Amino acid sequence: MAFLEVRGLEAYYRQTQALFGVDFELDEGSITAVLGANGAGKTTTLRAICRMVRTEGEVTFDGQELTGMSTERVVGLGIAHVPEGRGTFVRQSVEENLQLGAYTRKNKADIAADMESVYGYFPRLGERRRQQAGTLSGGEQQMLAIGRALMLRPKLMLLDEPSFGLAPLIVQEIYEIMARIREREGTSMLLVEQNASIALELADHAYLLETGRVVMGGESSLLRDDEDIRRSYLGY
Amino acid sequence: MDLFLQLTLAGLAIGSIYSCVALAVVMIYQATDHFNFAQGEMAMFSTYVAWTLVGLGAPVWLAFLLAVGISFLAGVIIERVIVKPVENAPVLNQIIVFIGLLVIFNAVAGWIWEFTIKPFPSLFPEDLGFKSTLIGPHHLGVIALTLGVLALVFAFFRFTRVGLAMRAAAANPDSARLVGVSVGWMLALGWGLAASIGAVGGILVAPIVYLEPNMMAGVLLYGFAGALLGGVSSPGGAVLGGLVVGVLENWVGQYVPGGSELKLTFALILIVGVLVFKPAGLFGRVVVRRV
Amino acid sequence: MDRPNPLRPGLLVGFGVAIVFAAIVPHLVSDFTSFQFTQAMAYGIALLGLNILTGYNGQFSIGHSAFYAVGAYTAAILLYHFGWNHYATLPVAALVAFVVGFLFGLPALRLEGLYLALATFAFAVATPQLLKFDAFEHWTGGVQGLFVPKPEPLIEGLSADQSLYYVTLAIMAFLMAVAWCLLRSRSGRAIMAIRDNPIAASTMGINTALYKTTTFGISAMYTGIAGALSVFVTEFVAPDAFNFFLAVNLLVGSVVGGIVSIPGVIFGGLFLVFVPNFAQDISRAYPFVPPPWAIFGIFLILAIYFVPFGVWGAVERALAWWKRKSAA
Repeated sequence: MAFLEVRGLEAYYRQTQALFGVDFELDEGSITAVLGANGAGKTTTLRAICRMVRTEGEVTFDGQELTGMSTERVVGLGIAHVPEGRGTFVRQSVEENLQLGAYTRKNKADIAADMESVYGYFPRLGERRRQQAGTLSGGEQQMLAIGRALMLRPKLMLLDEPSFGLAPLIVQEIYEIMARIREREGTSMLLVEQNASIALELADHAYLLETGRVVMGGESSLLRDDEDIRRSYLGY
Repeated sequence: MDLFLQLTLAGLAIGSIYSCVALAVVMIYQATDHFNFAQGEMAMFSTYVAWTLVGLGAPVWLAFLLAVGISFLAGVIIERVIVKPVENAPVLNQIIVFIGLLVIFNAVAGWIWEFTIKPFPSLFPEDLGFKSTLIGPHHLGVIALTLGVLALVFAFFRFTRVGLAMRAAAANPDSARLVGVSVGWMLALGWGLAASIGAVGGILVAPIVYLEPNMMAGVLLYGFAGALLGGVSSPGGAVLGGLVVGVLENWVGQYVPGGSELKLTFALILIVGVLVFKPAGLFGRVVVRRV
Repeated sequence: MDRPNPLRPGLLVGFGVAIVFAAIVPHLVSDFTSFQFTQAMAYGIALLGLNILTGYNGQFSIGHSAFYAVGAYTAAILLYHFGWNHYATLPVAALVAFVVGFLFGLPALRLEGLYLALATFAFAVATPQLLKFDAFEHWTGGVQGLFVPKPEPLIEGLSADQSLYYVTLAIMAFLMAVAWCLLRSRSGRAIMAIRDNPIAASTMGINTALYKTTTFGISAMYTGIAGALSVFVTEFVAPDAFNFFLAVNLLVGSVVGGIVSIPGVIFGGLFLVFVPNFAQDISRAYPFVPPPWAIFGIFLILAIYFVPFGVWGAVERALAWWKRKSAA
């Protein structure tokens, strides 16, 4: 059984259905990208895994069925979600944001060590550790969101459009750091992106979502190299 | 000059009680965006609990600590049982639940303990080892104790893991859930803390105004006025606001004709005045209206 | 669609029965019961004011007891000090309450719902103290309040209570009709648009500020008229009759009848007069039952959990269900 297995996932916002039976899987230590246009259901897929929307279907993580759990319990299993819009605690300091990321953990020495390692990945956060997080730039807030997720020592990271609204250079920087994180920590990642070209560079596998359904999936290189798919779905 | 100093110091004492109530109000406001109109009656009820414990022979300090603890539990239970069902209901429904609570506490207190006024012992000794014509021992104790309590509360929020989680849950519930914070329980904890802080206010004010079921109406209004003056988005501001309001109340009572009779009206004027001229309060942020 | 709406005749019959019943009630029951019905209708008028404000305009007041007091004291002072005719005091009470409400509504322009609720709360809590204030004692009678006579019967052969019942019934019917027309007019749609989406309403060119204050004034006016009528019924005013618990009463009545309704106020008014007596009887009979006010509070919370739309909301839902069923 795969590390993360999603079967027949449906999601609803009140009466409106947003996902119509999504299936995909993710292997331990791998990076999988979920691509698609606006409104295809990418964000909803992540929210459904974290039980933030009403869902039907099966989500199994590391042999455990997630359906029916609260969001907090899912997080407790080691799934860190870097949400759309970054979810910064704007009135709290950078350091407090990172501490919150480690909320479910107990060992203080480990937490302190991990915080230093986050500052290692993102030196700019280290320079601003006492600063109110709301005063950071967009790129720094994205770094903080990833750093906050790392503080969980996650087995799986869900990343919702880390490139959103950022300058190309910053996007480049963030993706390089993500690659380094995978290399060093071996963290599995489920990555949602509109910026398909950069996501496909990082990811091992990719799925293509259209109006709440998976229309295509496979190795990233296949999607990247297939001229037709690239033109009609990925737009670059 | 002595009179002025006396008034000011007594005002600070009363004001620190208002600060407790204001802080309780602001805590729940920050977590839920709502004013708990029952805050005053809950504090009154806590005070009766303390009074009963004293009657049963408990030393007044023990009664105080027990009542504060019981209030904490009661606050948690009230949130989980009574407030939670309307968590996502329209504002009016929530206000009505608070009003319902207010009425229930008031009526049940009158039912159990009757509406006659009762003297309540001060937590502080008559003789502090020194004498001052400017401030009495109870007032001095009130200032010291509330400052201590407020410092504790701030330390809790500033330096503890749960305090940080509570702030996070209040500021950004979705994000808080995503780091594993149980937002519902943080709200309940907030209610518990607010009830405890309110209880401190009630027990401190009871020796001054005498214990009776309606004793908190005025205190709650001044607490609201203090919270608004300081800014409902700023706990520190609320505390300062409470102190300022307490001093103002005493000055107005002494120097403005009719002021001593119209204390509630003065609170009303303060509330409306702040809302109209400085809605964010002195230290608060302007809340941007969401479309 | 050419099938006649099965509800129209039903509704008309319902109204007819209600009117006939209302007209003969005073001849079926004792003067005291007529007096209670009159009090219920006075409450109903106050609730109408509250519903227009809260239910239709989306502004919260938990201090309408203050406007009730304004109306009551205006009438009482004109009766007691100037010997006016009872019914001549009504327009003055209405006007004074409107002005006070309008002025109080001015801050409302800048306040979101919750803050307005807070300001009205403060107003309600402060009102009894203001009414007792020494400087006004000559006019208000201070703590003692003022005693005023009951209005003489308008028609020979009716008792004073019966006569007042009919007058109040007529006033209530008239004010309900006015509210109905107001809410169905262009202004009414603006009032409700402000409730549903204030920002959209102002971008559509609705003068939100003016509408909100005016609605506040109208609401206070209705409640002020109710206060004046209640003075005729009870024959006296005293500060502590207008404490915060009256404001709670009005809220309860409004919720029970249905906040977004006009006919619901009748149920609300009846509830306010008859249920507390009932609750009092129970708690007198059984010492372990909490006092009436506590029961009131519990009832208020349960009502908002389970039937937040009130009696009239339930009636409307039942009618809609019946309509769907008979259409199928």
